[in-house]
Amino acid sequence: MSELHAQTVPFVRDTMLPQQPPPNRETGALHWLRANLFSGPINTILTILGLLIIWFLVSHFWDWFAHSVWNAESLTQCREIIAATWGEDARGACWAVIRERWHQYMFGFYPRELYFRPIIAFGFLFVALAPVLFSESVRIRRIVLIVAAAATLILSVMVGAPLPWLVFAAIVMIGAVVVAERNAPWLLIFSALYPLLGVWMLWGGSAWGELSVLASVALGWLAWRLSVRISPLIAVIAGVAVTLALLLFVAGDAAEDLQSLIPLDITAIDSDQFGGFLLSITIGVAGIALSLPLGIILALARRSDMFLVNKLAVVFIEFIRGVPLITLLFVASLLLNYFLPPGTNFDIILRVIIMVTIFAAAYMAEVIRGGLAALPKGQYEAADALGLDYWKAQRLIILPQALKISIPGIVSTFIGMFKDTTLVVFVGLFDPLKGISDFVRANFAWKGVYWEPFIFTGAIFFIICFSMSRYSMYLERRLQRDHR
Amino acid sequence: MKRTAFLGTLTAATLLGGGAFAAEGDTLAEVKARDELICGVNTGLVGFAAPDANGNWAGFDIAVCKAVAAAVLGDPSKVKYVPTTGQTRFTALSSGEVDVLARNSTWTYSRDTDLKLDFVGVNYYDGQGFMVNKDLGVTSAKELDGATICIQTGTTTELNLADYFRANNMSYQPVNIDSNAEGEQQYMAGACDAYTTDASGLAATRAAFADPENHIILPEIISKEPLGPAVRHGDNNWGDIVRWTLNALIAAEEYGVTSTNLEELSANSANPEVQRLLGTSDELGAMMGLDNEWAKRAIAASGNYGEIFAATIGEQTPIGLARGLNAQWTQGGLMYAPPFR
Repeated sequence: MSELHAQTVPFVRDTMLPQQPPPNRETGALHWLRANLFSGPINTILTILGLLIIWFLVSHFWDWFAHSVWNAESLTQCREIIAATWGEDARGACWAVIRERWHQYMFGFYPRELYFRPIIAFGFLFVALAPVLFSESVRIRRIVLIVAAAATLILSVMVGAPLPWLVFAAIVMIGAVVVAERNAPWLLIFSALYPLLGVWMLWGGSAWGELSVLASVALGWLAWRLSVRISPLIAVIAGVAVTLALLLFVAGDAAEDLQSLIPLDITAIDSDQFGGFLLSITIGVAGIALSLPLGIILALARRSDMFLVNKLAVVFIEFIRGVPLITLLFVASLLLNYFLPPGTNFDIILRVIIMVTIFAAAYMAEVIRGGLAALPKGQYEAADALGLDYWKAQRLIILPQALKISIPGIVSTFIGMFKDTTLVVFVGLFDPLKGISDFVRANFAWKGVYWEPFIFTGAIFFIICFSMSRYSMYLERRLQRDHR
Repeated sequence: MKRTAFLGTLTAATLLGGGAFAAEGDTLAEVKARDELICGVNTGLVGFAAPDANGNWAGFDIAVCKAVAAAVLGDPSKVKYVPTTGQTRFTALSSGEVDVLARNSTWTYSRDTDLKLDFVGVNYYDGQGFMVNKDLGVTSAKELDGATICIQTGTTTELNLADYFRANNMSYQPVNIDSNAEGEQQYMAGACDAYTTDASGLAATRAAFADPENHIILPEIISKEPLGPAVRHGDNNWGDIVRWTLNALIAAEEYGVTSTNLEELSANSANPEVQRLLGTSDELGAMMGLDNEWAKRAIAASGNYGEIFAATIGEQTPIGLARGLNAQWTQGGLMYAPPFR
């Protein structure tokens, strides 16, 4: 039997054949086209329709974009230039309005000589965010910090920042780059201080106000620390009470006294001088930073077994989600005035931030509740089995997983909220989309300009929102630990 | 403002929760203590109120604010302009957020009574008109039967339009728009045959077109829109100050007092009315708690009524409005200041 076989196999190949290139019809652009665009009759028809639509759009808008005018004093002049260059009937975009008014789109009525303050504050924002957003990737953090530092310093020089501020900005930003390389968690101290620093840089005034807030919080923390051994609950109450009492009754006077002793102030800016993207980003960043923790607390409260906590959270969430944001803004701007004593000036931006925050927090709570609900029951039981108390279980086991699940929803709430900041136009603040455009058009030179401001602000909004979206995808990839 | 006051006001708000409606205090004293007049203005209306590239406000309504600030505080630049939208304007005034509202607001019965405002006078007599393309071949609003009309929603113009067409037994197809800029865009794109808004706005819109000669403003004015500054009910002295500042500007034009001959006339005018106006005789200012040169400063701020009109919206400006109803009563208009006596 074995002989039989030996005769039938005269040759056994003992090396592999070299790989052949695929046949021509299976490679190259042609194959890609055939596989992706013309793979069948329906696909072919759709491709042709798509191309027609693109052609239709481009052919209608191309000449408008191609005939762009950047240097002109008014719309009339733009029209003259377009007529002179491309013929009488040509139409074109008049970007000169952006060139002349870009600073108002960016900063509103913020004094021109102080533009460096929002710029540096914005640069510092990246320093504050880097250790939070990019806590694990040294390389990305390095790139972000270096780019932010370079951009901030260059822009500050361009708008004519005075030397002490430049030095201050350079020390902080370059210091952050260095610290981030060695011991990134140290940057979190800066992140914690940033809200006060940012507020001071944007609104100016006496730094003692911010310092006294800081001192109140520090003393509150001290009170907590001293009493935490007696009882954690009493410690929390003591800490909060001390902080609030100091803020309400001592901080204001102390700040004024200290200010008269040692003046430590920079030019104060009124809230009504804010506008454009400065306003949007201020409201957006504050809203995002505040609504996430508030949303988490609300979500936990809504899933809580405690009757009152649960019902209060449900009422809050459902009520806030049930009314449009615009209603809340009107309440903030109009109704509050009736209830405040006459003559008090409760800052309008602060009012708007509060309303935007609670609005976003209500949505956030539901998004996070979705994440909590998606977590298998075994995780909760595992946490219990380990003997963790409620807060430890949430902090160490439940929330990290629930938040990870909710990332897409959270970020889309952020994006939605950031875009909603344009609604402040209805309470008389100058949002970039309509508020600024309206008064730019109210100047006779630019009356009649319509699409250009929309396209400009739209582009900037797109850049910001797209960045947020990409970041959320990066975060999802990075946190992907589950079974693939 | 001081941010340290935030928390203070926050508690005050909670403590006073549901507290009394704001401000029936002494506005004059408040303004003087603050050393700043808070003026509610439009968020941007060609010729009437608009900030330039440096953020300085200018316009026909702004001039009223400046005159009041000059009269009360001695400096026309001591004004804080609070931009108000159509929805927020009256609440801003009645809640005390602004001292005076100079925002092209129409003086109507219900606003004066029900909303508890005091319109102190009229600084511009406007009226609603129509603009059509010349190619339409229409020369009168009576021929607009069945036309599509671009109309801003939520304004009195919308109601006026409905009234007018019903009264004339005509029909129309409304195209709702949200803002003037959108209206222009829709009208230019041919979405509507006619565009209707206040005649002053139509003139400005038409002047900004690439081809103004192809559009006509129809002669019919279908509504009365007396625009004027307003103050809150309840502080009559403050109302008097704003009213008579406006009257001083109007009277100054009537008596030929301009920003250029102001000093000369106050030194040696023989006209007793001018003397009283400029404070060289009698003590008119003291009657409202101001000094005697209040009107002089108000006029010096941006000139008399005619000068303000000419500089912001008049025929020499691109907007090119004729005086029309807004001429002095001696010229066949409606501008008539009561005597300074």
